[in-house]
Amino acid sequence: MNWTAVASIYRFEMARFFRTLTQSFLSPVMSTSLYFVVFGAAIGSRIDQVEGIDYGAFIVPGLIMLSVMTQAISNASFGIYFPKFIGTIYELLSAPINFLEIVLGYVGAAATKALFIGVVILATASLFVDLTIAHPFAMVLFLLLTCLSFALLGFIIGIWAGNFEQLQLVPLMIVTPLVFLGGSFYSISMLPPIWQKITLFNPVVYLISGFRWAFFDTADVPVGLSLLAIGGFTTLCLAVIWWIFKTGWRIRS
Amino acid sequence: MPAILSIRDLRKSYANAFEALKGVNLDIEEGEILALLGPNGAGKTTLISTVCGIITPTSGTVTVGGHDIIEDFRAARSLIGLVPQEINLEPFETVWNTVRFSRGLFGKSRNDALLEDILRKLSLWDKRNNKIMELSGGMKRRVLIAKALSHEPRVLFLDEPTAGVDVELRKDMWNIVAELKASGVTIILTTHYIEEAESIADRVGVIADGQLLLVEQKDQLMTRMGKKQLEVQLTTPVAVLPDALAHHDLQLVNGGDALIYTYDTRGERTGITALLNDVAQAGLVLADVQTRQSSLEDIFVDLVSGDAS
Ligand SMILES: Nc1ncnc2c1ncn2[C@@H]1O[C@H](COP(=O)(O)OP(=O)(O)OP(=O)(O)O)[C@@H](O)[C@H]1O
Ligand SMILES: [Mg+2]
Repeated sequence: MNWTAVASIYRFEMARFFRTLTQSFLSPVMSTSLYFVVFGAAIGSRIDQVEGIDYGAFIVPGLIMLSVMTQAISNASFGIYFPKFIGTIYELLSAPINFLEIVLGYVGAAATKALFIGVVILATASLFVDLTIAHPFAMVLFLLLTCLSFALLGFIIGIWAGNFEQLQLVPLMIVTPLVFLGGSFYSISMLPPIWQKITLFNPVVYLISGFRWAFFDTADVPVGLSLLAIGGFTTLCLAVIWWIFKTGWRIRS
Repeated sequence: MPAILSIRDLRKSYANAFEALKGVNLDIEEGEILALLGPNGAGKTTLISTVCGIITPTSGTVTVGGHDIIEDFRAARSLIGLVPQEINLEPFETVWNTVRFSRGLFGKSRNDALLEDILRKLSLWDKRNNKIMELSGGMKRRVLIAKALSHEPRVLFLDEPTAGVDVELRKDMWNIVAELKASGVTIILTTHYIEEAESIADRVGVIADGQLLLVEQKDQLMTRMGKKQLEVQLTTPVAVLPDALAHHDLQLVNGGDALIYTYDTRGERTGITALLNDVAQAGLVLADVQTRQSSLEDIFVDLVSGDAS
Protein backbone atom coordinates (compact mmCIF):
# COMPACT_ATOMS: atom_id res chain seq x y z
CA MET A 1 0.00 0.00 0.00
CA ASN A 2 1.15 3.49 -0.89
CA TRP A 3 -0.05 5.19 2.29
CA THR A 4 1.76 8.42 1.50
CA ALA A 5 -0.38 8.74 -1.62
CA VAL A 6 -3.57 8.02 0.29
CA ALA A 7 -2.67 10.68 2.84
CA SER A 8 -1.81 13.15 0.07
CA ILE A 9 -5.15 12.74 -1.65
CA TYR A 10 -6.97 12.91 1.67
CA ARG A 11 -5.15 16.07 2.73
CA PHE A 12 -5.64 17.73 -0.65
CA GLU A 13 -9.37 17.01 -0.57
CA MET A 14 -9.76 18.14 3.02
CA ALA A 15 -8.03 21.42 2.18
CA ARG A 16 -10.97 22.29 -0.06
CA PHE A 17 -13.26 21.63 2.88
CA PHE A 18 -11.26 23.74 5.31
CA ARG A 19 -11.20 26.64 2.88
CA THR A 20 -14.97 26.82 3.23
CA LEU A 21 -15.20 25.72 6.84
CA THR A 22 -17.53 28.48 8.05
CA GLN A 23 -19.89 27.71 5.23
CA SER A 24 -19.60 23.97 5.84
CA PHE A 25 -20.42 24.59 9.47
CA LEU A 26 -23.14 27.20 9.19
CA SER A 27 -25.36 25.61 6.57
CA PRO A 28 -26.16 22.42 8.54
CA VAL A 29 -26.72 24.47 11.70
CA MET A 30 -29.10 26.73 9.81
CA SER A 31 -31.03 23.97 8.08
CA THR A 32 -31.32 21.85 11.24
CA SER A 33 -32.66 24.80 13.18
CA LEU A 34 -35.19 25.41 10.42
CA TYR A 35 -36.32 21.79 10.51
CA PHE A 36 -36.93 22.07 14.22
CA VAL A 37 -38.87 25.26 13.84
CA VAL A 38 -41.05 23.80 11.09
CA PHE A 39 -41.37 20.12 11.99
CA GLY A 40 -40.71 20.19 15.69
CA ALA A 41 -42.75 23.23 16.60
CA ALA A 42 -45.45 23.40 13.93
CA ILE A 43 -46.12 19.71 13.22
CA GLY A 44 -44.76 18.36 16.49
CA SER A 45 -47.32 20.32 18.44
CA ARG A 46 -50.00 18.28 16.67
CA ILE A 47 -48.31 14.86 16.47
CA ASP A 48 -46.82 14.99 19.93
CA GLN A 49 -45.41 11.47 20.17
CA VAL A 50 -44.42 8.64 17.83
CA GLU A 51 -43.97 5.21 19.39
CA GLY A 52 -43.64 6.82 22.78
CA ILE A 53 -40.93 9.23 21.65
CA ASP A 54 -41.27 12.99 21.48
CA TYR A 55 -41.72 13.91 17.80
CA GLY A 56 -38.95 16.47 18.01
CA ALA A 57 -36.51 13.82 19.17
CA PHE A 58 -37.98 11.17 16.84
CA ILE A 59 -36.95 13.04 13.71
CA VAL A 60 -33.33 13.63 14.79
CA PRO A 61 -31.90 10.33 13.42
CA GLY A 62 -33.70 10.81 10.11
CA LEU A 63 -32.55 14.38 9.92
CA ILE A 64 -28.94 13.39 10.47
CA MET A 65 -29.22 10.58 7.94
CA LEU A 66 -30.74 12.86 5.32
CA SER A 67 -27.86 15.32 5.53
CA VAL A 68 -25.14 12.74 5.92
CA MET A 69 -26.27 10.76 2.89
CA THR A 70 -26.65 13.75 0.59
CA GLN A 71 -23.40 15.30 1.82
CA ALA A 72 -21.44 12.07 1.44
CA ILE A 73 -22.73 11.64 -2.09
CA SER A 74 -22.22 15.20 -3.24
CA ASN A 75 -18.75 15.51 -1.68
CA ALA A 76 -17.48 12.25 -3.12
CA SER A 77 -19.04 12.69 -6.54
CA PHE A 78 -17.74 16.22 -6.88
CA GLY A 79 -14.33 15.17 -5.51
CA ILE A 80 -13.68 12.73 -8.35
CA TYR A 81 -15.72 14.47 -11.05
CA PHE A 82 -13.76 17.70 -10.71
CA PRO A 83 -10.35 16.20 -11.63
CA LYS A 84 -12.04 14.48 -14.54
CA PHE A 85 -13.60 17.75 -15.63
CA ILE A 86 -10.47 19.90 -15.39
CA GLY A 87 -8.15 17.14 -16.58
CA THR A 88 -5.99 16.74 -13.48
CA ILE A 89 -7.05 13.09 -13.38
CA TYR A 90 -4.06 12.39 -15.63
CA GLU A 91 -1.91 12.56 -12.55
CA LEU A 92 -3.96 9.97 -10.66
CA LEU A 93 -3.84 7.64 -13.63
CA SER A 94 -0.09 7.97 -14.09
CA ALA A 95 0.84 7.70 -10.41
CA PRO A 96 2.04 4.45 -8.85
CA ILE A 97 -1.22 3.89 -7.00
CA ASN A 98 -4.00 1.35 -7.31
CA PHE A 99 -7.77 1.84 -7.22
CA LEU A 100 -8.04 1.09 -3.53
CA GLU A 101 -5.66 3.91 -2.67
CA ILE A 102 -7.49 6.38 -4.87
CA VAL A 103 -10.81 5.35 -3.33
CA LEU A 104 -9.47 5.50 0.22
CA GLY A 105 -8.22 9.03 -0.34
CA TYR A 106 -11.29 10.47 -2.03
CA VAL A 107 -13.97 8.48 -0.25
CA GLY A 108 -12.21 8.85 3.09
CA ALA A 109 -12.22 12.63 2.73
CA ALA A 110 -15.84 12.76 1.57
CA ALA A 111 -16.92 10.49 4.45
CA THR A 112 -15.04 12.65 6.94
CA LYS A 113 -16.83 15.75 5.73
CA ALA A 114 -20.20 14.01 5.94
CA LEU A 115 -19.36 12.78 9.43
CA PHE A 116 -18.49 16.30 10.47
CA ILE A 117 -21.85 17.55 9.22
CA GLY A 118 -23.63 14.71 11.02
CA VAL A 119 -21.97 15.59 14.29
CA VAL A 120 -22.79 19.27 13.86
CA ILE A 121 -26.44 18.42 13.28
CA LEU A 122 -26.50 16.14 16.30
CA ALA A 123 -25.02 18.89 18.43
CA THR A 124 -27.47 21.48 17.08
CA ALA A 125 -30.41 19.14 17.61
CA SER A 126 -29.46 18.50 21.21
CA LEU A 127 -29.93 22.23 21.79
CA PHE A 128 -33.60 21.90 20.80
CA VAL A 129 -34.60 18.54 22.25
CA ASP A 130 -33.64 16.18 25.04
CA LEU A 131 -31.62 13.35 23.53
CA THR A 132 -30.46 10.21 25.24
CA ILE A 133 -28.67 7.71 23.05
CA ALA A 134 -29.53 4.11 23.97
CA HIS A 135 -26.68 2.44 22.09
CA PRO A 136 -23.90 5.00 21.53
CA PHE A 137 -21.49 2.48 20.03
CA ALA A 138 -24.05 1.27 17.50
CA MET A 139 -24.97 4.88 16.76
CA VAL A 140 -21.36 5.72 15.84
CA LEU A 141 -21.05 2.53 13.80
CA PHE A 142 -24.19 3.25 11.79
CA LEU A 143 -23.12 6.82 11.24
CA LEU A 144 -19.65 5.78 10.03
CA LEU A 145 -20.98 3.06 7.76
CA THR A 146 -23.53 5.41 6.24
CA CYS A 147 -20.88 8.07 5.58
CA LEU A 148 -18.64 5.48 3.99
CA SER A 149 -21.17 3.64 1.85
CA PHE A 150 -22.82 6.76 0.49
CA ALA A 151 -19.44 8.31 -0.23
CA LEU A 152 -18.67 5.17 -2.23
CA LEU A 153 -21.94 5.61 -4.10
CA GLY A 154 -21.05 9.25 -4.69
CA PHE A 155 -17.66 8.22 -6.06
CA ILE A 156 -19.36 5.97 -8.61
CA ILE A 157 -21.75 8.76 -9.58
CA GLY A 158 -18.82 11.14 -10.02
CA ILE A 159 -17.09 8.75 -12.39
CA TRP A 160 -20.29 8.02 -14.29
CA ALA A 161 -21.35 11.65 -14.67
CA GLY A 162 -20.61 13.26 -18.01
CA ASN A 163 -21.65 16.75 -16.98
CA PHE A 164 -22.69 18.80 -13.97
CA GLU A 165 -26.41 18.13 -14.53
CA GLN A 166 -25.89 14.41 -14.23
CA LEU A 167 -23.84 15.03 -11.13
CA GLN A 168 -26.88 16.65 -9.51
CA LEU A 169 -29.40 14.28 -11.01
CA VAL A 170 -28.90 11.09 -9.00
CA PRO A 171 -28.88 12.72 -5.58
CA LEU A 172 -31.89 14.83 -6.50
CA MET A 173 -34.01 12.30 -8.35
CA ILE A 174 -33.18 9.12 -6.48
CA VAL A 175 -31.55 9.64 -3.13
CA THR A 176 -33.63 12.51 -1.74
CA PRO A 177 -36.98 10.76 -2.47
CA LEU A 178 -35.69 7.50 -1.02
CA VAL A 179 -34.61 9.26 2.13
CA PHE A 180 -37.86 11.19 2.51
CA LEU A 181 -39.91 8.06 1.85
CA GLY A 182 -37.60 5.97 4.00
CA GLY A 183 -39.16 6.92 7.30
CA SER A 184 -36.97 9.89 8.13
CA PHE A 185 -39.86 11.82 9.55
CA TYR A 186 -42.37 9.10 10.38
CA SER A 187 -42.52 5.51 11.55
CA ILE A 188 -43.35 2.89 8.96
CA SER A 189 -46.07 1.60 11.25
CA MET A 190 -47.91 4.85 10.57
CA LEU A 191 -48.35 3.90 6.89
CA PRO A 192 -51.28 1.96 5.36
CA PRO A 193 -50.48 -1.82 5.28
CA ILE A 194 -49.81 -1.98 1.55
CA TRP A 195 -47.26 0.84 1.76
CA GLN A 196 -45.61 -0.82 4.71
CA LYS A 197 -44.79 -3.70 2.33
CA ILE A 198 -43.70 -1.55 -0.58
CA THR A 199 -41.50 0.61 1.54
CA LEU A 200 -39.38 -2.40 2.51
CA PHE A 201 -37.88 -2.29 -0.98
CA ASN A 202 -36.37 1.05 -0.10
CA PRO A 203 -32.83 0.37 1.16
CA VAL A 204 -32.77 3.62 3.10
CA VAL A 205 -35.51 2.30 5.39
CA TYR A 206 -33.05 -0.17 6.87
CA LEU A 207 -30.44 2.46 7.56
CA ILE A 208 -32.77 4.91 9.21
CA SER A 209 -34.46 2.17 11.20
CA GLY A 210 -31.14 0.87 12.48
CA PHE A 211 -29.89 4.35 13.25
CA ARG A 212 -33.08 5.18 15.12
CA TRP A 213 -32.77 1.95 17.06
CA ALA A 214 -29.35 3.09 18.23
CA PHE A 215 -30.99 6.23 19.63
CA PHE A 216 -34.31 5.00 21.05
CA ASP A 217 -34.12 1.22 21.12
CA THR A 218 -37.14 0.89 18.82
CA ALA A 219 -36.90 -0.16 15.18
CA ASP A 220 -39.11 -0.69 12.13
CA VAL A 221 -37.04 -3.65 10.97
CA PRO A 222 -34.71 -5.94 12.98
CA VAL A 223 -31.39 -4.21 13.61
CA GLY A 224 -29.45 -7.21 12.32
CA LEU A 225 -31.17 -6.77 8.99
CA SER A 226 -30.19 -3.11 9.00
CA LEU A 227 -26.55 -3.97 9.51
CA LEU A 228 -26.73 -6.61 6.81
CA ALA A 229 -28.29 -4.12 4.41
CA ILE A 230 -25.65 -1.48 4.91
CA GLY A 231 -22.86 -4.06 4.82
CA GLY A 232 -24.22 -5.46 1.57
CA PHE A 233 -24.59 -2.00 0.07
CA THR A 234 -20.98 -1.09 0.95
CA THR A 235 -19.71 -4.32 -0.61
CA LEU A 236 -21.74 -3.74 -3.75
CA CYS A 237 -20.34 -0.22 -4.17
CA LEU A 238 -16.78 -1.49 -3.63
CA ALA A 239 -17.30 -4.19 -6.23
CA VAL A 240 -18.58 -1.67 -8.77
CA ILE A 241 -15.59 0.59 -8.15
CA TRP A 242 -13.19 -2.33 -8.49
CA TRP A 243 -14.79 -3.12 -11.84
CA ILE A 244 -14.56 0.54 -12.93
CA PHE A 245 -10.83 0.65 -12.37
CA LYS A 246 -10.27 -2.77 -13.84
CA THR A 247 -11.95 -1.85 -17.09
CA GLY A 248 -11.10 1.85 -17.04
CA TRP A 249 -14.77 2.64 -17.61
CA ARG A 250 -15.20 6.39 -18.15
CA ILE A 251 -11.72 7.21 -16.85
CA ARG A 252 -9.13 5.56 -19.07
CA SER A 253 -9.48 5.39 -22.84
CA MET B 1 23.90 0.48 -21.84
CA PRO B 2 20.59 -1.30 -21.26
CA ALA B 3 17.39 0.26 -22.54
CA ILE B 4 15.51 2.07 -19.78
CA LEU B 5 12.41 2.26 -21.92
CA SER B 6 11.50 -0.50 -24.28
CA ILE B 7 8.43 -0.44 -26.50
CA ARG B 8 7.46 -3.53 -28.51
CA ASP B 9 4.85 -3.58 -31.24
CA LEU B 10 2.64 -1.13 -29.42
CA ARG B 11 -0.81 -0.62 -30.87
CA LYS B 12 -3.65 1.55 -29.75
CA SER B 13 -7.15 1.68 -31.20
CA TYR B 14 -9.46 4.20 -29.61
CA ALA B 15 -13.08 3.39 -28.76
CA ASN B 16 -14.15 4.75 -32.15
CA ALA B 17 -11.93 2.07 -33.78
CA PHE B 18 -9.41 4.69 -34.92
CA GLU B 19 -5.92 3.20 -34.79
CA ALA B 20 -3.66 5.90 -33.41
CA LEU B 21 -0.59 3.68 -32.93
CA LYS B 22 0.18 1.05 -35.54
CA GLY B 23 2.88 -1.09 -34.04
CA VAL B 24 5.56 1.11 -32.54
CA ASN B 25 8.96 -0.29 -31.59
CA LEU B 26 11.41 1.87 -29.71
CA ASP B 27 14.30 1.46 -27.29
CA ILE B 28 15.62 4.35 -25.31
CA GLU B 29 18.88 4.22 -23.47
CA GLU B 30 19.32 5.49 -20.00
CA GLY B 31 20.39 9.11 -19.91
CA GLU B 32 19.65 10.00 -23.49
CA ILE B 33 17.41 12.73 -24.82
CA LEU B 34 15.03 11.72 -27.55
CA ALA B 35 13.01 14.27 -29.49
CA LEU B 36 9.84 13.04 -31.14
CA LEU B 37 8.83 15.05 -34.16
CA GLY B 38 5.67 14.64 -36.11
CA PRO B 39 2.70 16.50 -37.52
CA ASN B 40 -0.51 17.15 -35.55
CA GLY B 41 -2.39 13.95 -34.89
CA ALA B 42 0.66 11.76 -35.54
CA GLY B 43 0.23 9.89 -32.27
CA LYS B 44 2.90 11.51 -30.10
CA THR B 45 0.60 12.20 -27.17
CA THR B 46 -1.03 8.80 -27.53
CA LEU B 47 2.37 7.12 -27.35
CA ILE B 48 3.42 9.07 -24.27
CA SER B 49 0.07 8.63 -22.53
CA THR B 50 0.20 4.90 -23.07
CA VAL B 51 3.64 4.58 -21.54
CA CYS B 52 2.54 6.69 -18.57
CA GLY B 53 -0.58 4.62 -17.87
CA ILE B 54 -3.21 7.15 -18.90
CA ILE B 55 -4.26 5.11 -21.92
CA THR B 56 -4.63 1.34 -22.01
CA PRO B 57 -2.72 -0.18 -24.95
CA THR B 58 -4.64 -2.43 -27.30
CA SER B 59 -1.65 -4.73 -27.71
CA GLY B 60 2.11 -4.78 -27.35
CA THR B 61 4.38 -4.41 -24.36
CA VAL B 62 6.20 -1.56 -22.69
CA THR B 63 8.80 -1.85 -19.97
CA VAL B 64 10.33 0.97 -17.98
CA GLY B 65 13.51 0.15 -16.10
CA GLY B 66 12.72 -3.49 -16.85
CA HIS B 67 9.25 -3.28 -15.25
CA ASP B 68 6.18 -4.01 -17.33
CA ILE B 69 3.86 -1.00 -17.27
CA ILE B 70 0.81 -3.15 -16.61
CA GLU B 71 1.95 -6.14 -14.59
CA ASP B 72 4.38 -4.13 -12.52
CA PHE B 73 2.82 -0.70 -12.84
CA ARG B 74 3.92 0.55 -9.45
CA ALA B 75 7.62 0.04 -10.10
CA ALA B 76 7.32 1.30 -13.67
CA ARG B 77 5.35 4.44 -12.89
CA SER B 78 7.52 5.39 -9.90
CA LEU B 79 10.29 6.04 -12.41
CA ILE B 80 8.24 8.27 -14.69
CA GLY B 81 7.48 11.96 -14.64
CA LEU B 82 5.06 13.49 -17.13
CA VAL B 83 4.54 17.06 -18.28
CA PRO B 84 1.33 16.84 -20.29
CA GLN B 85 0.58 18.84 -23.40
CA GLU B 86 -2.60 20.33 -21.97
CA ILE B 87 -2.45 22.60 -18.96
CA ASN B 88 -4.44 20.62 -16.43
CA LEU B 89 -4.27 22.16 -12.97
CA GLU B 90 -6.55 22.67 -10.01
CA PRO B 91 -7.34 26.41 -10.24
CA PHE B 92 -8.14 27.08 -6.58
CA GLU B 93 -5.07 25.42 -5.09
CA THR B 94 -1.79 27.14 -4.36
CA VAL B 95 1.35 26.35 -6.30
CA TRP B 96 3.01 24.92 -3.22
CA ASN B 97 0.17 22.56 -2.31
CA THR B 98 -0.18 21.37 -5.88
CA VAL B 99 3.48 20.49 -6.18
CA ARG B 100 3.55 18.89 -2.75
CA PHE B 101 0.52 16.82 -3.67
CA SER B 102 2.33 15.39 -6.70
CA ARG B 103 5.27 14.30 -4.63
CA GLY B 104 3.01 12.59 -2.11
CA LEU B 105 1.01 10.89 -4.83
CA PHE B 106 4.16 9.14 -5.97
CA GLY B 107 4.74 7.90 -2.46
CA LYS B 108 7.78 10.05 -1.80
CA SER B 109 8.29 11.42 1.70
CA ARG B 110 8.06 15.13 2.29
CA ASN B 111 11.10 17.12 1.17
CA ASP B 112 10.51 20.86 1.30
CA ALA B 113 14.10 21.73 0.46
CA LEU B 114 13.89 19.85 -2.82
CA LEU B 115 10.59 21.46 -3.75
CA GLU B 116 12.01 24.88 -2.93
CA ASP B 117 14.96 24.19 -5.18
CA ILE B 118 12.70 23.13 -8.05
CA LEU B 119 10.43 26.14 -7.67
CA ARG B 120 13.40 28.51 -7.55
CA LYS B 121 14.88 27.06 -10.71
CA LEU B 122 11.57 27.53 -12.47
CA SER B 123 11.22 31.09 -11.12
CA LEU B 124 8.08 30.08 -9.25
CA TRP B 125 9.30 30.53 -5.71
CA ASP B 126 7.75 34.00 -5.39
CA LYS B 127 4.46 32.59 -6.57
CA ARG B 128 4.38 29.60 -4.27
CA ASN B 129 1.45 30.89 -2.20
CA ASN B 130 -0.52 32.09 -5.19
CA LYS B 131 -3.49 30.19 -6.47
CA ILE B 132 -2.96 28.55 -9.84
CA MET B 133 -5.69 30.66 -11.40
CA GLU B 134 -3.69 33.78 -10.58
CA LEU B 135 -0.81 32.64 -12.78
CA SER B 136 -0.12 33.35 -16.43
CA GLY B 137 -0.17 30.59 -19.03
CA GLY B 138 3.61 30.25 -19.11
CA MET B 139 3.76 30.10 -15.33
CA LYS B 140 1.16 27.35 -15.31
CA ARG B 141 3.32 25.35 -17.66
CA ARG B 142 6.19 25.77 -15.23
CA VAL B 143 3.96 24.44 -12.46
CA LEU B 144 3.33 21.35 -14.57
CA ILE B 145 7.07 20.90 -14.91
CA ALA B 146 7.59 21.42 -11.18
CA LYS B 147 4.96 18.79 -10.46
CA ALA B 148 6.67 16.28 -12.70
CA LEU B 149 10.08 16.97 -11.17
CA SER B 150 8.78 16.93 -7.60
CA HIS B 151 8.93 13.15 -7.37
CA GLU B 152 12.40 12.84 -8.85
CA PRO B 153 11.66 10.80 -11.99
CA ARG B 154 14.33 8.79 -13.80
CA VAL B 155 12.45 9.08 -17.08
CA LEU B 156 10.84 12.38 -17.94
CA PHE B 157 8.26 12.92 -20.68
CA LEU B 158 7.79 16.46 -21.92
CA ASP B 159 4.84 16.73 -24.28
CA GLU B 160 5.38 19.97 -26.21
CA PRO B 161 6.93 21.78 -23.27
CA THR B 162 7.65 24.90 -25.27
CA ALA B 163 4.23 25.48 -26.81
CA GLY B 164 3.18 28.99 -25.86
CA VAL B 165 6.30 29.70 -23.88
CA ASP B 166 8.49 32.79 -24.10
CA VAL B 167 12.16 32.83 -25.00
CA GLU B 168 13.19 33.28 -21.38
CA LEU B 169 11.38 30.19 -20.16
CA ARG B 170 12.55 28.23 -23.14
CA LYS B 171 16.10 28.96 -22.08
CA ASP B 172 15.34 28.11 -18.45
CA MET B 173 13.76 24.92 -19.59
CA TRP B 174 16.72 23.81 -21.66
CA ASN B 175 19.02 24.59 -18.77
CA ILE B 176 16.94 22.36 -16.56
CA VAL B 177 16.88 19.64 -19.19
CA ALA B 178 20.66 19.83 -19.50
CA GLU B 179 21.00 19.59 -15.74
CA LEU B 180 18.65 16.62 -15.56
CA LYS B 181 20.55 14.90 -18.31
CA ALA B 182 23.77 15.46 -16.41
CA SER B 183 22.23 13.70 -13.43
CA GLY B 184 21.34 10.75 -15.64
CA VAL B 185 17.65 11.40 -16.25
CA THR B 186 16.29 10.07 -19.52
CA ILE B 187 14.19 12.60 -21.40
CA ILE B 188 11.64 12.12 -24.14
CA LEU B 189 10.15 15.29 -25.54
CA THR B 190 7.84 16.12 -28.37
CA THR B 191 8.09 19.30 -30.34
CA HIS B 192 7.15 20.91 -33.60
CA TYR B 193 10.33 22.96 -33.70
CA ILE B 194 13.10 21.32 -35.64
CA GLU B 195 15.74 23.67 -34.22
CA GLU B 196 14.68 22.64 -30.76
CA ALA B 197 15.22 18.98 -31.50
CA GLU B 198 18.50 19.92 -33.12
CA SER B 199 19.86 21.88 -30.22
CA ILE B 200 19.00 19.50 -27.43
CA ALA B 201 18.38 15.93 -28.51
CA ASP B 202 20.79 13.03 -28.85
CA ARG B 203 18.41 11.18 -31.08
CA VAL B 204 15.45 12.24 -33.14
CA GLY B 205 12.40 10.13 -33.86
CA VAL B 206 9.90 10.95 -36.57
CA ILE B 207 6.37 9.75 -36.11
CA ALA B 208 3.51 10.11 -38.56
CA ASP B 209 0.15 8.46 -38.84
CA GLY B 210 0.75 6.21 -35.86
CA GLN B 211 4.04 4.86 -37.10
CA LEU B 212 7.57 5.56 -36.06
CA LEU B 213 9.18 6.25 -39.39
CA LEU B 214 12.70 6.80 -38.28
CA VAL B 215 14.84 7.06 -35.20
CA GLU B 216 18.29 8.34 -35.83
CA GLN B 217 21.22 9.91 -34.11
CA LYS B 218 20.77 13.60 -34.52
CA ASP B 219 24.14 13.95 -36.25
CA GLN B 220 23.22 11.45 -38.94
CA LEU B 221 19.91 13.12 -39.48
CA MET B 222 21.57 16.48 -39.73
CA THR B 223 24.00 15.11 -42.29
CA ARG B 224 21.07 13.94 -44.31
CA MET B 225 19.42 17.27 -43.90
CA GLY B 226 22.69 19.10 -44.50
CA LYS B 227 22.70 17.80 -48.07
CA LYS B 228 21.89 20.37 -50.68
CA GLN B 229 21.14 20.03 -54.34
CA LEU B 230 22.07 22.35 -57.14
CA GLU B 231 19.99 22.14 -60.27
CA VAL B 232 21.49 23.47 -63.45
CA GLN B 233 19.11 23.96 -66.35
CA LEU B 234 20.52 23.88 -69.83
CA THR B 235 19.40 25.85 -72.85
CA THR B 236 19.90 22.79 -75.10
CA PRO B 237 19.41 19.30 -73.74
CA VAL B 238 22.29 16.81 -73.88
CA ALA B 239 21.89 13.09 -74.44
CA VAL B 240 24.83 11.96 -72.29
CA LEU B 241 26.95 13.53 -69.64
CA PRO B 242 30.10 15.02 -71.26
CA ASP B 243 33.30 13.23 -70.19
CA ALA B 244 34.70 16.44 -68.75
CA LEU B 245 31.99 16.32 -66.10
CA ALA B 246 32.21 12.62 -65.30
CA HIS B 247 34.20 13.09 -62.10
CA HIS B 248 31.47 15.27 -60.55
CA ASP B 249 28.62 13.65 -58.65
CA LEU B 250 26.01 14.51 -61.26
CA GLN B 251 22.67 13.25 -62.45
CA LEU B 252 21.10 14.01 -65.76
CA VAL B 253 17.38 14.58 -65.43
CA ASN B 254 14.34 15.72 -67.42
CA GLY B 255 15.55 14.05 -70.61
CA GLY B 256 18.89 15.82 -70.51
CA ASP B 257 17.34 19.18 -69.75
CA ALA B 258 19.00 19.65 -66.40
CA LEU B 259 21.90 18.51 -64.21
CA ILE B 260 21.56 17.85 -60.51
CA TYR B 261 24.54 18.17 -58.26
CA THR B 262 24.41 16.99 -54.65
CA TYR B 263 26.80 18.45 -52.10
CA ASP B 264 27.28 18.88 -48.39
CA THR B 265 26.86 22.42 -47.09
CA ARG B 266 29.01 21.62 -44.11
CA GLY B 267 31.96 20.41 -46.18
CA GLU B 268 34.97 22.69 -46.49
CA ARG B 269 34.44 22.98 -50.21
CA THR B 270 31.16 22.56 -51.92
CA GLY B 271 32.80 22.04 -55.31
CA ILE B 272 30.37 24.41 -56.97
CA THR B 273 32.96 26.69 -58.52
CA ALA B 274 34.84 23.78 -60.07
CA LEU B 275 31.62 22.28 -61.36
CA LEU B 276 30.41 25.48 -62.98
CA ASN B 277 33.81 26.01 -64.58
CA ASP B 278 33.76 22.50 -66.00
CA VAL B 279 30.20 22.97 -67.24
CA ALA B 280 31.28 26.10 -69.14
CA GLN B 281 34.39 24.31 -70.47
CA ALA B 282 32.25 21.49 -71.78
CA GLY B 283 30.44 24.09 -73.85
CA LEU B 284 27.09 23.80 -72.09
CA VAL B 285 25.00 26.95 -71.76
CA LEU B 286 23.14 27.62 -68.53
CA ALA B 287 19.50 28.65 -68.64
CA ASP B 288 18.96 28.80 -64.91
CA VAL B 289 20.44 27.67 -61.61
CA GLN B 290 18.68 26.87 -58.36
CA THR B 291 19.45 25.16 -55.06
CA ARG B 292 17.30 23.12 -52.70
CA GLN B 293 17.79 21.76 -49.24
CA SER B 294 15.92 18.73 -48.03
CA SER B 295 13.99 19.88 -44.99
CA LEU B 296 12.55 17.71 -42.28
CA GLU B 297 9.26 18.09 -44.08
CA ASP B 298 10.83 16.55 -47.18
CA ILE B 299 12.08 13.71 -45.07
CA PHE B 300 8.55 13.30 -43.67
CA VAL B 301 7.10 13.20 -47.14
CA ASP B 302 9.81 10.85 -48.41
CA LEU B 303 9.29 8.52 -45.51
CA VAL B 304 5.52 8.55 -45.64
CA SER B 305 5.27 8.11 -49.40
CA GLY B 306 8.05 5.53 -49.36
CA ASP B 307 6.07 3.68 -46.75
CA ALA B 308 2.88 3.75 -48.76
CA SER B 309 4.42 2.23 -51.86
N1 LIG C 1 -9.69 9.86 -27.08
C1 LIG C 1 -9.57 9.72 -28.40
N2 LIG C 1 -10.50 9.09 -29.12
C2 LIG C 1 -10.38 8.93 -30.45
N3 LIG C 1 -9.34 9.37 -31.17
C3 LIG C 1 -8.37 10.01 -30.51
C4 LIG C 1 -8.43 10.24 -29.10
N4 LIG C 1 -7.31 10.89 -28.74
C5 LIG C 1 -6.61 11.09 -29.87
N5 LIG C 1 -7.23 10.57 -30.95
C6 LIG C 1 -6.75 10.57 -32.32
O1 LIG C 1 -5.52 9.90 -32.36
C7 LIG C 1 -4.62 10.54 -33.26
C8 LIG C 1 -3.32 10.86 -32.55
O2 LIG C 1 -3.56 11.86 -31.58
P1 LIG C 1 -2.41 12.41 -30.65
O3 LIG C 1 -3.02 13.31 -29.66
O4 LIG C 1 -1.62 11.27 -30.15
O5 LIG C 1 -1.54 13.25 -31.71
P2 LIG C 1 -0.25 14.14 -31.48
O6 LIG C 1 0.84 13.57 -32.31
O7 LIG C 1 0.02 14.31 -30.04
O8 LIG C 1 -0.70 15.52 -32.13
P3 LIG C 1 -0.38 17.04 -31.69
O9 LIG C 1 0.90 17.42 -32.32
O10 LIG C 1 -1.52 17.79 -32.29
O11 LIG C 1 -0.38 17.10 -30.22
C9 LIG C 1 -5.37 11.76 -33.79
O12 LIG C 1 -5.86 11.44 -35.05
C10 LIG C 1 -6.49 11.96 -32.84
O13 LIG C 1 -7.61 12.48 -33.48
MG1 LIG D 1 0.00 15.83 -28.76
